[in-house]
Amino acid sequence: MAIEKLYSQKVMDHFLHPRNLGSIKNPSGVGRVGNPVCGDVMELYLKIENKKTKKGKTEEVIKDAKFKTFGCGAAIASSSMMTELIKGKTIKEAQKITNLAVAEALGGLPPVKRHCSVLAKEALEKALADWRASKPSSQIL
Amino acid sequence: MRVYLDYAATTPVKKEVLEAMKPFFSEDFGNPSSIHTWGQSARRAVDEARAQIAQFLNCRSEEIIFTGSGSEADNLAITGVIAQISKSKFLISKQIPNSKSQNQKPHIITSAFEHHAVLKTCEDLEKRGLATVTYIRPNNEGIVEPEKIKKAIRPNTVLVSIMYVNNEIGTIQPIREIGKMIESENRKRLKENRNQYRKQKIENATSNFKQPFSQIYLHTDAVQAAESLPMDVDYLHVDMLTIAGHKIGAPKGIGLLYVRRGTPLAPMIHGGEQESGRRAGTENVPSIVGLAEAIRQIQKAKTKRQNDNLKLANLRDYFIKKIQEEIPEVYLNGSKINRAPHIVNLYFKNIEGEAIVLAMDLEGVACSTGSACTSQSLEPSHVIMAIFNDHLRAAGSVRFSLSKLTTKKELDFAIFKIRKVVQRLREISPYGKRG
Repeated sequence: MAIEKLYSQKVMDHFLHPRNLGSIKNPSGVGRVGNPVCGDVMELYLKIENKKTKKGKTEEVIKDAKFKTFGCGAAIASSSMMTELIKGKTIKEAQKITNLAVAEALGGLPPVKRHCSVLAKEALEKALADWRASKPSSQIL
Repeated sequence: MRVYLDYAATTPVKKEVLEAMKPFFSEDFGNPSSIHTWGQSARRAVDEARAQIAQFLNCRSEEIIFTGSGSEADNLAITGVIAQISKSKFLISKQIPNSKSQNQKPHIITSAFEHHAVLKTCEDLEKRGLATVTYIRPNNEGIVEPEKIKKAIRPNTVLVSIMYVNNEIGTIQPIREIGKMIESENRKRLKENRNQYRKQKIENATSNFKQPFSQIYLHTDAVQAAESLPMDVDYLHVDMLTIAGHKIGAPKGIGLLYVRRGTPLAPMIHGGEQESGRRAGTENVPSIVGLAEAIRQIQKAKTKRQNDNLKLANLRDYFIKKIQEEIPEVYLNGSKINRAPHIVNLYFKNIEGEAIVLAMDLEGVACSTGSACTSQSLEPSHVIMAIFNDHLRAAGSVRFSLSKLTTKKELDFAIFKIRKVVQRLREISPYGKRG
């Protein structure tokens, strides 16, 4: 009972049934954040592809996202939720997702666990930076 | 099936204890300080309880102070001794006012993996500038070596506080050896004091004479030891000892501090003259009666107690062995031999403890990371950190604590679930095997 109060049902669901668990072979970008000293470690893998819009322009879209996490229930649920939120989104859209959006999508996190959603956001930023760094320079707009 | 393996956090109140307590709520409800019949009846119950416990500890009734918890008893022991000694004629700092030298303040020796009730009290005294503290690091086996304490003793050391059984990992500390060592140090100190006093008399140079500090007092937090280990205070050579009711089948909200006669102790709670003026507040009569009954149950049939302990230790060892056989990369924290029969602490490599506890609870098994007192904080276990200084290990360690109520069937169920949970969490973890 106490644990149900500690975490929302959404958090428990993502903790017990994490979405997009695993890694991606030849990922477009990888973000590894956190360390055992701070308690949690997240690894986020992204597959980013170009997609034609209806107007004939090309957009970069997160085709796939996977994660691996060392950490508490909230850390696992936050990474799982982050992958759910960014999959299928354009880079522009994904960048707009805040840590609060992750926490909200999870039905809230206890105050002591808010940093878990921050870590998920950092993992995304780092994975995107990794992708940008590895892109051939001609592609950078 | 639901299995509770968190008896080190708290225990159910024993049936006999509850029965013994019942009359003291609504029938025999008097205040022990009242002189009328109602009051005197309650007084008698408290006196009898005290006598019962005194027999258990092999001490005098008046050496027992009832408190509201084990934490309060620990606080009282440390703060009380330092406060009283600071008032006494022994203090050097009185003679050299405004001196901030380390040697002018009373010095405490404790271990780095004490319960927070001791650690934070010591830290508070340090912050307030009332004492200096040395924190002894336990060895790889989770044992505080008496030799290390001996080396840390300074002329101004007045208090040593070492727990009897570590509440997180269950290792038994050599309290008796520490007690004997401190006694011999105290004899040396007394001899030196006498010599100095004689010298002073001859030279008649009182102005330069530095009064030595008092003797060294030994406190032990025996909260996790009371059920299974020797509790004779003379055998242990301790001056103060803490017990908490709810760890031994008495209710929450009652604890006690044994204080050897002659130990300087200033009260922390001021008010009435209860507990010989050392702890004000109307006695918690039902809980005091309950605590005494819980202790009577422990005392009952000494041989049975030894058999029960042996049985429990065998169950514990079976649990450790089976888990290590069935799950790879699981390590026992603390000595395998010097261990209370009811506490097991395991390090599951590459996964995090809170996630294990959460998943285990959903599987119907109660266990804990660190102690219940610290599970609200984000800090890694200070106990595991003190021994191994390894964050991954501190984060990945889980305590399972048994009791005489625990059965082999329950443990088998728990082992099955642990295996399942650990496997699942390791699949989520970025550490270890890739895939």
